[in-house]
Amino acid sequence: MILVLTEIFHQQIKRTSLESLTLAAQLAKATGSKVKALCIGDGTPSVDLGDYGADEVVVINDSALLENDQLCDLICRTATRDNASYVILSLNSTGKSTAGLVAAKLNKGLISGVTGMNTDSGNPLFKKNVFSGKASAWYSVDQHGAVVATLPNGISPVSGQGKQTSLSTSNSECVTSKIKRLERRLQAGKTPLAEASVVVSAGRGMKDPSNWGMIEELSDILGATTACSRPVADAGWRPHHEHVGQTGLAIRPNVYVAIGISGAIQHLAGVNNSRKIIVINKDPEAPFFKAADYGVCGDLFEIVPKLNEALKNFKSKS
Amino acid sequence: MNLLVCISKTPDTTSKIAFDASGKKLLEDGVQFILNPYDEWYALVRAIELKEQFGGQVDVIHVGEASSEMIIRKALAIGADAAYRVDMTPAGSWDTASQIAAFAKTRNYDLIFLGKETIDYNGSEVGSMLAGILDLPYIAYASKLTINGQIATLESEIEGGIAVSEVNLPMVLSCAKGMAEQRIPNMMGIMNAKKKPLEVVSPTDVHQHIRLERFELPPAKSSVTMIAPDDIDKLVDIFHSDLKII
Ligand SMILES: Cc1cc2nc3c(=O)[nH]c(=O)nc-3n(C[C@H](O)[C@H](O)[C@H](O)COP(=O)(O)OP(=O)(O)OC[C@H]3O[C@@H](n4cnc5c(N)ncnc54)[C@H](O)[C@@H]3O)c2cc1C
Repeated sequence: MILVLTEIFHQQIKRTSLESLTLAAQLAKATGSKVKALCIGDGTPSVDLGDYGADEVVVINDSALLENDQLCDLICRTATRDNASYVILSLNSTGKSTAGLVAAKLNKGLISGVTGMNTDSGNPLFKKNVFSGKASAWYSVDQHGAVVATLPNGISPVSGQGKQTSLSTSNSECVTSKIKRLERRLQAGKTPLAEASVVVSAGRGMKDPSNWGMIEELSDILGATTACSRPVADAGWRPHHEHVGQTGLAIRPNVYVAIGISGAIQHLAGVNNSRKIIVINKDPEAPFFKAADYGVCGDLFEIVPKLNEALKNFKSKS
Repeated sequence: MNLLVCISKTPDTTSKIAFDASGKKLLEDGVQFILNPYDEWYALVRAIELKEQFGGQVDVIHVGEASSEMIIRKALAIGADAAYRVDMTPAGSWDTASQIAAFAKTRNYDLIFLGKETIDYNGSEVGSMLAGILDLPYIAYASKLTINGQIATLESEIEGGIAVSEVNLPMVLSCAKGMAEQRIPNMMGIMNAKKKPLEVVSPTDVHQHIRLERFELPPAKSSVTMIAPDDIDKLVDIFHSDLKII
């Protein structure tokens, strides 16, 4: 059995969970195993998880606010009962705080930040990102299986698996947590940066915080989340949670639009694994162009407003 | 307060990464090794601040070879009181976590600090494994920590926001931006560091569950396609046909 943690937030299944489930389904196919999805969160799955390869789905009641020790207990009890060889979850904040606890308790190996798998030789090999996105490493696991934490946005969810799933519910029956949650403060509205598939990011080239209107407009048109470089956050031009790079958040969106950012190595360390990078910068020598898929060399104060108008026009016509 | 900070050695972000012919070993020529920034800036400095506030002792522990002494001395120069080095080359996080756990079990630490991740393996693994082995509460990516008696109040990063939690000591935490401000060691710190104790600890036996098979460099990035700044329609078309986001 392969156990996958799937998280539901605001009644929606998290995309990162579908990524984990996709890896589990591939692994199950290669090893002739079954996939059980353990659903925690504030609802029932918003999509048919059989479509993503789950054979069995168990929805855990009262699991919206589990702490990591309670979640670890729940996962370990389920894994032990089902004799699960693998436990797969996302390396989001849940995974970062829980995966090692589970590995220690189940006495299994842990591979975190996984972006792919190869089963050609019979034994699965897992690929993960290392050296802040500058290389990857392949790992094999022993006969006991492993805890595998998938890198957010590292694997594309694959639907169309057409599995008939059995759906059941169960109570969490959790141990009391040693952690007392006082509060959870979430920014309302947009997709959190770590989960965003399109990110519009801007840097010191913006000159002044009052110029960010055009960045927010572009972001709204593209359905993106906004980010920024470190000096911009340090200067208080933008909130700290937008800061990406080595010291800030590491992200891996499908599309990263960088405007007025030079592309220093510490900035790239947090964004260089984005699937596509578009750079707008007036300096032809800006290092960011070397990491980009598309580049526009020119004045952002002319390009961005024109781009916004053109995109709006395009959208209104189609 | 009895505080332990786990420190790790990593290639500097600006280092060029290359591997030997077997693909199993990082070529260390020309690579500059540093104290992992998050261990240094956030974990170590916050531990020193707490010691300054409440008194006590800050120990640092590193699992690695003798060549790591330079980063250990740096931690002592910044203000740690004593250092321990478990003498082995860890094959992975499980090694590191198990060695630190074996060491920490015999001492009563109130708090065990780590950086949010290392900038080489980027796994955020050691902290949660360590907490798992020691059966202690664990908060990952903490950006604020205050102590009141035996109770720690923490803010930590979660997707799209922060969580505020209360935990009874002892505990393990990994530290992220906001926790503390970097401190540059001064001359006096550097001189004193040479006199501070650095004890070498023998490793315990640990079973490895996973094995590194090989490293791989990403395929060379195809060169950038430049679009003329006045050809906005082309840019719109790229957003539509290639990127498929409008
Ligand atoms: C240890 C360490 C950690 C760091 N961590 C991070 C990190 O996590 N994240 C991060 O971002 N940085 C980090 N940095 C800082 C990093 O080295 C750079 O200094 C920073 O990324 C630069 O930010 P920027 O590109 O916004 O500004 P700048 O380097 O000032 O670049 C501004 C860019 O805007 C362009 N520009 C200006 N005007 C216009 C215009 N009108 N139209 C178009 N383009 C224009 C310029 O050509 C230039 O390329 C770190 C540094 C260190 C030493």
